[in-house]
Amino acid sequence: MRPRLTPPVSARDHAQGPTDAPITLVEYGDFECPHCGRAYPIVKAVQRSLGDQLRFVFRNFPLAKAHAHAEHAAEMAEAAGHHGTFWPMHDVLFEHQDALEDEDLVAYAATLGIDPAWAAAALVQGLFAERVREDFASGVKSGVNGTPTFFINGVRYDGLLHPTALLEALVGAATPE
Amino acid sequence: MSQLAAVGTKAPDFTLPRGPDAKQRLADSRGHPVILAFYPADWSPVCGDELALFNECLPEFQRYGAELLGISVDGVWCHKAYREARHLDFQLLADFEPKGAVSRAYDAYRAQDGFSERALFVLDGGGVIRWNYLSPPTVNPGADGILAALEALK
Repeated sequence: MRPRLTPPVSARDHAQGPTDAPITLVEYGDFECPHCGRAYPIVKAVQRSLGDQLRFVFRNFPLAKAHAHAEHAAEMAEAAGHHGTFWPMHDVLFEHQDALEDEDLVAYAATLGIDPAWAAAALVQGLFAERVREDFASGVKSGVNGTPTFFINGVRYDGLLHPTALLEALVGAATPE
Repeated sequence: MSQLAAVGTKAPDFTLPRGPDAKQRLADSRGHPVILAFYPADWSPVCGDELALFNECLPEFQRYGAELLGISVDGVWCHKAYREARHLDFQLLADFEPKGAVSRAYDAYRAQDGFSERALFVLDGGGVIRWNYLSPPTVNPGADGILAALEALK
């Protein structure tokens, strides 16, 4: 039996697409992970293909011991989320995986209209560390086995990280058995 | 399906090198749960790697007082370099000489390949196997099974 998403998607999550979409894709990702960087345009592509049929959710799974900047990048995404700009920050981070120093993160926040002093303090004080840890713990419980790990309608996707393969799996999940 | 050393049986004791100058005996790890993670080889790719994941999960394991031990047929110097390069904060034991003897004792050895299976065991504080899992070779098992097993021990 494949591992299942625990807890299920809720209002706590960052989501793009309709709440009642027939397909929900959840990614556990790490903003510094090169494989997640590779997945980023693939997710964009399936979102374009499926439109309102798809809801996409991102949860943090920073491999902080392997990736020195991953934890703060995740916290900055959540800090942006606090100001309603999670998704623009998510995109900026994946588009700048080679520039994730704290001062870079604060600069990205500033471009999204967030007070840079507040953003810097949020990192130093770990204001969003607990939230990131909750995501991580839920990922472990759900059977995340590396980054990125995807869940389609709650079931772990063990297929290829390839637009066609992912799209087929998503469409298959929308079709009643 | 699993042919691993069975749940409910005493975990075979062993003494293995955990570094160039140190040995670790399983029987010394009584009184708390022990997770044995047999794996094929050091130096698999970073992000999808099972040990990197377990390394990040250590705080979750420690909430149950559990000790994690990695075991492969790689030698102590290989383990040392690997631990340092990947910042692994748990011990890697070298099932190196006689090669794979401990893996064999747990029925977690791939004789045809010459390395350990990707197999997990959770032992209780008395050294009894309480959970085991043999992962398909290409699928990283994740840590959810370990956590559920540790939860069940409480």
